[in-house]
Amino acid sequence: MLLSVEHVTMYRYDRPVRGVVQSHRLTPSKFDGQQTLDWSVTMTGGTLGSAFRDGAGDWVQGWTVAGPVDEIEVRVSGRVLTTDLAGVLRGHKELVPPQAYLRDTEATEADAALLELAQIVLTAESPLSGCHNLCDAISDAIVYRPGSTKPRTTAAQALAQGEGVCQDHAQALISAARAGGIPARYVSGYLQSGQDGMDHEAAHAWGELYIAGIGWIGFDPANRCCPDDRYIRIGSGLDAQDAAPIRGISRGSGSEILSVTVAVQTQEQ
Amino acid sequence: MTPYFNEMFQNNAVRPPYAGLEGWSADMPADIRLAKQAEAEALFRRIGITFAVYGEGGDPDRLIPFDMFPRVFTANEWAKLERGIKQRARALNSFLVDVYGRGEIVRAGLIPAKLVYQNDAYEKSVCGFIPPKGVYSHIVGIDIVRTGPSDFYVLEDNCRTPSGVSYMLESREMMMRMFPDLFRENRIEPIDSYPDKLRRTLASVAPAKCDREPTVVILTPGHFNSAYYEHSFLADLMGVELVEGQDLFVDGAFVYMRTTEGPKRVDVIYRRLDDDYIDPLCFRPDSMLGVAGLMDVYRSGGVSICSAPGAGVADDKAVYTYVPEMIRFYLGEEPILKNVPTWKCGDASDLKYVSENLADLVVKEVHGSGGYGMLVGPKSTKQQVEDFRALIMADPNNYIAQPTLALSTTPTFVEEGIAPRHVDLRPYCLVGERIELVPGGLTRVALREGSLVVNSSQGGGVKDTWVLAE
Repeated sequence: MLLSVEHVTMYRYDRPVRGVVQSHRLTPSKFDGQQTLDWSVTMTGGTLGSAFRDGAGDWVQGWTVAGPVDEIEVRVSGRVLTTDLAGVLRGHKELVPPQAYLRDTEATEADAALLELAQIVLTAESPLSGCHNLCDAISDAIVYRPGSTKPRTTAAQALAQGEGVCQDHAQALISAARAGGIPARYVSGYLQSGQDGMDHEAAHAWGELYIAGIGWIGFDPANRCCPDDRYIRIGSGLDAQDAAPIRGISRGSGSEILSVTVAVQTQEQ
Repeated sequence: MTPYFNEMFQNNAVRPPYAGLEGWSADMPADIRLAKQAEAEALFRRIGITFAVYGEGGDPDRLIPFDMFPRVFTANEWAKLERGIKQRARALNSFLVDVYGRGEIVRAGLIPAKLVYQNDAYEKSVCGFIPPKGVYSHIVGIDIVRTGPSDFYVLEDNCRTPSGVSYMLESREMMMRMFPDLFRENRIEPIDSYPDKLRRTLASVAPAKCDREPTVVILTPGHFNSAYYEHSFLADLMGVELVEGQDLFVDGAFVYMRTTEGPKRVDVIYRRLDDDYIDPLCFRPDSMLGVAGLMDVYRSGGVSICSAPGAGVADDKAVYTYVPEMIRFYLGEEPILKNVPTWKCGDASDLKYVSENLADLVVKEVHGSGGYGMLVGPKSTKQQVEDFRALIMADPNNYIAQPTLALSTTPTFVEEGIAPRHVDLRPYCLVGERIELVPGGLTRVALREGSLVVNSSQGGGVKDTWVLAE
């Protein structure tokens, strides 16, 4: 499928800040399911910093903006040709060993309820069926409700309140998977919005679980499926914060107002 | 008769390296000794070399006690130690390059994957990155104890930012000032080249993008840090800037330091703060001590960080048990310095042994340092042993146990005169383009009679350490 992405993040400061430093993971991953036709990331007034591909295979690009500045726009646009690989991350070059994704963070630390969900993978016939069942179970346990959680809500908190957004689904999934001994990571990316009448989050997140013999496989509890050709993968991490597409900091006392618009659409080939 | 090896006296005779100190110490009248001791304390107080003790309350500017009786090694003893230390520093760096690369040692089944990759100190953000000259740990502090004439054991490795080198330099300075005759009568290897060697080591690992004389800085968390004195002392001796996070900033692909003449590009950062705090974009977002964007510049070769982020995975106390394997695997050599036999409480059969012999063992936290959170079985009450047993059982993976070593003693000035006290040694091995170390290191002494804990936070003091020229 040919997908086009327009993703604009606006930062407005009520008082000008002295400078901004950001680290972006905003470039589509290189693997057999994605072919990037064109892609650009721009930042108003920004100086391109260092860029490199990290051990997890993500393209990282640093930016700095010299102040004073009261408004910054990060604009991502491009087109990606996608193929449905049933969630399998085939042909992705990375060096971080899967075992490194058994480590928990504050956001993914399992409580009793998550440990109980981990039983699904521990008692499954095969690791693969266990992962599918776990994905469904997370889907059932956390109802999609925008605004019901905060960026720092942990997997355990989201599960306890029974509602959340894709971030919460993904963190609960990887938390329970790790507790079940399956290396798991948080993935950020895009999802083609709305043509099936469902309300998707276009700036999306899901989980990837590692199964020996197959490799990394995506699972999206928010949509109860494995990522297909409607998905664009951009980066991964131990949790939402670690996988954030934009990490940044501003110098100055101005408070920040953030607005984000994302459109992901199918294009005629 | 003490079972401990006394480094000065054996069978009522003075061992050769201490021959030059026998007359000196015997002839020193008590009033002179006390006057000298007071002079040393005043000098230390004046230069401001104090030590804040965590968790003990009291005077945060407490002086670290200085003992005037030097600790002495022969040229031969040192030659063996030096070879062993350099060998270890090489193996530890090879290990770091490996586990952030293909992890051959894990694939070969010589060290458990879990111990490396699930280690809190394993930093996946540096996977695939080989720092300049292949060095992760540029200053390796190796803690060594002695139990006999030729028996040396490595107690632990410090691959991040080992502290205490300022005490090594100041102790020598103090001795030379107070007892100049001793340095004329004995042929003592000098150590004053350390700051130069450190600066050369740091400059030698400047990133590829640096095309001129590298600018080196020391990054300190600030004056409230217990080792701040050392940070400013080293900056001073090396002739480099001492900076805090707020003095540095990232612009484009490089790191700059604010100076009165405008921004100046920085090539090598000798950081004296933990990984967690060096870059809020990559690590703890609430850290105010670091430099935003530093890791991106580092990963793309715009600046060097010493020690390299992630180096801590090599000096974990559980990883320690595998260092002899690392030496064989990477260097194809037999270890020159021995490891202390270590039981990992995370291992069921080891745990059983530890539990049955707890009163005879020393137990430490895997990530502990500074002599905190440890049990010295033979020096503890039954109740203390039982309390510690509960801690181990609650989290066995967090503890390792070792036999209580019969640490050697050296003569030490105490109230009653001169008495043997237990000592250890921390040499500082510099790893850059070359591997080198100055002869000696920091000798720490347990000033309490019978105590085996030499940490300054636990009542330990320091001594000047001599290596005699051949």
